[in-house]
Formats: sequence, C-alpha cells, structure tokens
Amino acid sequence: MKLKTLSAAAIAATMALGSGAVSADLTFPSLSYRTGPYAPNGIPFADGYADYFTLLNERDGGIGGAKINFIECETGYNTEKGVECYESTKGEGSLVYQPLSTGITYQLIPKATADGIPVHSMGYGRTSAANGKIFSHIFNYPGTYWDAASIIVKHILDQEGGDASDKTIALVYHNSAYGKEPIRTLEELSKKHGFKLTLLAVDHPGQEQKSQWLQIRRERPDYVLMWGWGVMNQVAIQEAANIRYPMDKFIGVWWSSSENDVIPAGDGANGYKAINFHGVGDGFAIYDDIKKYVVDAGKAAGDGTNLGTVLYNRGMYAAMLAAEAARTAQEIHGVADITPAQMRDGMEALKIDQARMAELGLANFGPDINVSCESHGGPGQAAIQQWDASAKKWTLITDFTGADRDVVDALIAEDSAAFAAENNITARSCS
Amino acid sequence: MSPMILNTIEVILNGLMAGVMYALVALGFVLIFKASGIFNYAQGVMALFAALTLVGFQTGQVPFSHLINVVFGTNYHHWSSGINSFLAILLTMLVMVGLAWLVERVVLRHLVNQEQIILFMATIGLAFFMEGLGDLMWGANIKVLDVGLPSGGSFWWEDVTREWASEGSEYYGMYIDVLDVWAAGIAIVLVIALTIFSQYTKTGRALRAVADDHQAALTVGISLRTIWVVVWSIAGFVALVAGIMWGSKSGIQFSLSLIALKALPVLILGGFTSIPGAIIGGLIIGVGEKLFEFGIGPLIGGATENWFAYVLALIFLMFRPQGLFGDKIIERV
Repeated sequence: MKLKTLSAAAIAATMALGSGAVSADLTFPSLSYRTGPYAPNGIPFADGYADYFTLLNERDGGIGGAKINFIECETGYNTEKGVECYESTKGEGSLVYQPLSTGITYQLIPKATADGIPVHSMGYGRTSAANGKIFSHIFNYPGTYWDAASIIVKHILDQEGGDASDKTIALVYHNSAYGKEPIRTLEELSKKHGFKLTLLAVDHPGQEQKSQWLQIRRERPDYVLMWGWGVMNQVAIQEAANIRYPMDKFIGVWWSSSENDVIPAGDGANGYKAINFHGVGDGFAIYDDIKKYVVDAGKAAGDGTNLGTVLYNRGMYAAMLAAEAARTAQEIHGVADITPAQMRDGMEALKIDQARMAELGLANFGPDINVSCESHGGPGQAAIQQWDASAKKWTLITDFTGADRDVVDALIAEDSAAFAAENNITARSCS
Repeated sequence: MSPMILNTIEVILNGLMAGVMYALVALGFVLIFKASGIFNYAQGVMALFAALTLVGFQTGQVPFSHLINVVFGTNYHHWSSGINSFLAILLTMLVMVGLAWLVERVVLRHLVNQEQIILFMATIGLAFFMEGLGDLMWGANIKVLDVGLPSGGSFWWEDVTREWASEGSEYYGMYIDVLDVWAAGIAIVLVIALTIFSQYTKTGRALRAVADDHQAALTVGISLRTIWVVVWSIAGFVALVAGIMWGSKSGIQFSLSLIALKALPVLILGGFTSIPGAIIGGLIIGVGEKLFEFGIGPLIGGATENWFAYVLALIFLMFRPQGLFGDKIIERV
C-alpha cells in the first residue's frame, strides 16, 4: 500500500513538474529537412533556426523569462511528412510553424487556420497570403515572390537607365507551383515597362537543361531571371557559364542565392546576382554571441561550418523574427507564457526598426519590419547580392528597396479575393 | 546554310551528347539485369555513392566523421589534404567492389530462386540503405567534383561552324560542351571494353552464360555468386563513371541519384538486356526529346523533355514490346 502511494505520489509529482515545465516554455517547432535531395539547403537553415533559439536560452534564459522548448521534426522536404510533423507537434503548444516548403505551406493553410496556429512562410508559400484580412493565420513577411519579381525588374530598370522597353527578359523557372509564382507579376510588369518576357520551364529536378540554355544562347535575352531550387540552380549556373552568358545579367530569386548554388560552377559563377531579404556573411555582432554561447559551448545544431552562409543567416533571421513576435505578444498580453493565438497577435503587431536590429546584434541585417492585421507580407523589401568567385563570398550591391506596390498589391487583392470566394471566407475587419 | 538549319543540327548534336549521358546510367541497369534478371532500383544511388566516395578520397575526408565526433567528442574532418584523382578513382573502385561483395553476401545470396519482384524490392531497400550510408559517411553538403576534365563551350567548334552560316546572317556558331564530348568518348571506350571483356575473357563468357541461362550455367560449374559479384562490381564502375560525368555538371549532391529517372525511357526503348540497346536507346531518346522541345516545346509551354522521353519509348514499345534490342520472350505452354 505504501509502495502504491509512493508510486502514485511520484507519478503525480512528475506530471506536475512536467506540465509545469511545458506550460512555462515557449514551444517553437522546426520542420527541417536534413535528409534527402534538398538536405544541403535544409541543413544550414535548420542550424541557423536552432542556434538562435539556443542562444536566447543560454544567454538570456529564453524570451521574457520563459524558456524556449525547441522541437525539430524531419520532413525530408516531403509534403506528407511535413503534414505529419505538424500534426504530431501541434499538441505541444507550438506557437508558430515555418513549413519550409511551398507544398507543405499550401497543406497547412487551412489546417493551421482551423487550429488557430500561425504559419510563417518567410519568402515562400502562397504570395496572396500577404492579405491578412483573408489569411488570418498565414504570414509571409518580409517579402513575397511577387515583391521579388518586382524588385528584380526595378534593379534591371536601374541598370538600363530607367527604360527597359527594348529589352528581353527570360525567366528560367522550376516547372511547379513555386516556379510559376512570379509569372503573373512579370507579365504585368512587362505590360507596364514594355520589355519582352520569355518563359522557359525546367522540369523537376532540373539536372538536364541543355534545351533551355541553347534557346537562351540563340535568342540572347538581355537578362535571365531564375526561380529555381536544389540541383536546378547549380546546373543552370553551370550552363550559363558554359554558354558564356554574362553572369551579371543573370539574377536568381532568394532560393537560388546560396553558396551551394554557385560554388560548383567555380569561377564561371563570378558576377552572378540574386535577390535577398537579409544580410550576408558573418560580419554582425550577433555572431560573437553565437560563437561564445552556442558553438564554443558545444550546443550548436551543426558542426559550426555553416555560420555566416546565406541559408544559415536566413534560418537565424527567421528565428529572430519569431522570437521578436513572441516578445511583442508577451508585451501585448502581459504574460510570459503565451498561446498560439497570442503569438498571432504578436506577429500582427511586429515592428522592428534599425535601432532594435542593432540591439539584437544585427545592425543593417534587414529592412525595418512592419506587419499589420491588413498586411502580413510587409515590408516587401529586398536587396540584390552578387557573387565574388575568387573570394567565395556574396556582397549586397544595393540597399533594401521596395516593390512596385501598385502592381503587386493589385495582384494580391485579386488573388486573395479569388481564394476567399472559393473557400467561402469573409474578409475580417482590421479596424 | 541558314541559321535555322544550323540550329537544328546544333540541337541534334546536343541531343546525341545528352543521350550518351543517359546511356551511361542505363548501362549499369542493363549489366545487372542481363546477368541476374534484377531491375536494380539502386543504380542511381550507386552513382551517387560512388561519386561521394570519390570526392571523399580526393579531399581526404574522414568517413563517418560526424558520427565519430559526436560519439567520441573529437573534431576530425580530414585525414589529409587529399589524394590525386587517379588514385582516388582506383580506391573508389575498390570500395565499389567491396560493396558488390557485400550486396551478394548480405542480400542476393539469401534471395536465390525468389520471384523477380522480391529481388526488385530488395534493391529498393538497398537504395535507401546506401543513401543513408552515403549521408552518414560523407555528409549531405554539396561537393565540388574536379577530376581534371575540361568543360564549357568549345570555342574552336563555334568558330568553325560560324563560317557555315549564310553571309549576313547573325549566327554565333554552334555550341557543344567539351565535357559532353569527353563523356561520349568515355562511353565509347567503356562499351568497347565491356564488349571485349564479355567476348574474349573467361569471366566474360561465364557472365554471358549466366545471362543466357542460369540453370545451364550452374550445371557446367559456373559460380553464380562469383558472377554476381563481378557484375555488380562492373555496374559499380559504370555508376562511378556516370556519377563523375553528371556530378561534374551539378556538383555531387543527393539529387544525383535521380539521374536514374533519365535512364528508364532509355531502357524501355533499348531493351533491358542489350548494351548496344542502351547506347542506341540513349541516343534516340536524347535526340528525340531535344528536337521535340526545340520544335514543339515553345508552342505548348515547354518542359516537354521528361514526359516526351516516355512517350517516345512507348511508341517504340507498340512495335517492339521487348525494346529495340531486347530479347524476345517466348513462353511455351
């Protein structure tokens, strides 16, 4: 009897301690892909995402006094596995999901909305989710694919003295929903600025692109844009180098902008450009803390070799934005232990200026962030980076600049209205 | 000549070169299917594994370093600054022979006389195992492969063909990737070597005997197990060559295993049991898909190559169900 009582007391105490620990924690799941064909891109992002939260736990004791409970779930960049990860972790009190795949994002849009858990598809997923009145729980700040297309065209206009009416722009794109995302925007911009648009689809996975690059060689477009992913990027950059296409006229989206994409082509990739919504390299004060509290302490998610790479920075930036949103939510609601619904409030009220970025050790790392109930995609700014093959590093060659809002906002309004009509969603009031 | 004709010739030439690359992958499938009746699902992963191992040796990487460092708290990544490409290729070949021996010992030996579908399923398992093993041994990061092969468009060919264009026409010369020319040369050498091996060596003849009739080969004292090790070793070598050629274009990364997808229509068209079939099939698929993409692709949105290769193979199947060079299967009641 005594043994039974003791056992029951022990179990009760364990449960109380356990539930206490969980309730005091802020749970951030990470749907990572460290295996499979896209692992080279998934690993640095996942490392950056994990290391930032580890830094907050080790240096600051978490966020606002609440420790961070970090859960990683392997998706292999597979949509079904991604949904399984979501289902298996949402009950842990998960505050926000980074699906890290357009396919998984599309699946999670209705599920997470129904469950009241915010999704942050940072620079990917459904572009029109930027309309917060329709997509109440989906966020895609700091920029969307349509912003990217518009900002790249603005860069081309700058290069051409403001007039690209006699120019031809070719888009080499992954033949998928992701790759087709910028087409509508580019078509609108083509009408507005008078340039000719050529579309060149590349089938998954993109290992064989001879036809597309022979066509580019024949037609000699003035600029080539790329919406690629994985091996498609490396092959495209190699083929462009092979046909001696001027690399400074070849501009990739931010998923075609990592070291992985350019290094295999060697010197041939020199001068290649890509758009990016955050800073490059490890010349930021935060890296001193990451090295001290995370890497040197043996708590890094990886072996420390990815620090400062484009995708590590992106993962770290995503974690920083999530942490700042959680901090904002804590301030709004006056509690440390926030719920997913409160987290969404924090995301909708997220404001980060350059003074705050400097406090975080990320001075000039990204544009000011300004999210609202109406706009989940703000600020829609990005910069152009260029690859230096001899130094093996990227350099930002422009300031962070905004998209053509007249074109992009009209498209977002149109597409989100169509989604609302299809799904019987009534636009919520943001007043 | 008009630029249009020259462009068409350029597309055909590049199609032939792409076909050679497809054929390199298809060859590995054919070798194993011929000798053992197994459709080796793991052939693409073998190419990946071979290429990963080659780069590992070239760069002096410590295999399983991540695992070793986690378990023992060490910080080993490289055992040397690397070894030269020729030696690295030889060592990789040794690894592939070892792998062939292991496959026979652990997988095939226990599945003798089983249905073909069971052997096929076993190779699916093998593919997953090897992919995981490759990841664990060498890491998942993209690796640059350089075995000294030249690449890029040929200036000489551009200059020569520019002269062929009609006067006054704006023509930049014909494009051909030097790496593709090397691949074609290596494929020719490979096919000749395989032919000589199978026709004029004792092991080669034994291999052909096994391919013709397992039972008959066994009755005359040919060791099926030895032959399987030999065949899987040769397929490993072919996989290494394919891995080098494809990996030189894109770097060595895990999506390299997907090159197997490009071999399937080649096998359907050329037949699963013919080495010349793999080559001719590859060339037909390469030229066919490139010409279709060039002529019809722009009218229907492009990206036709993946599906058109299968359509082309299926058209051939309507007339030659066993493939162009495949053995006709006659079953009597």
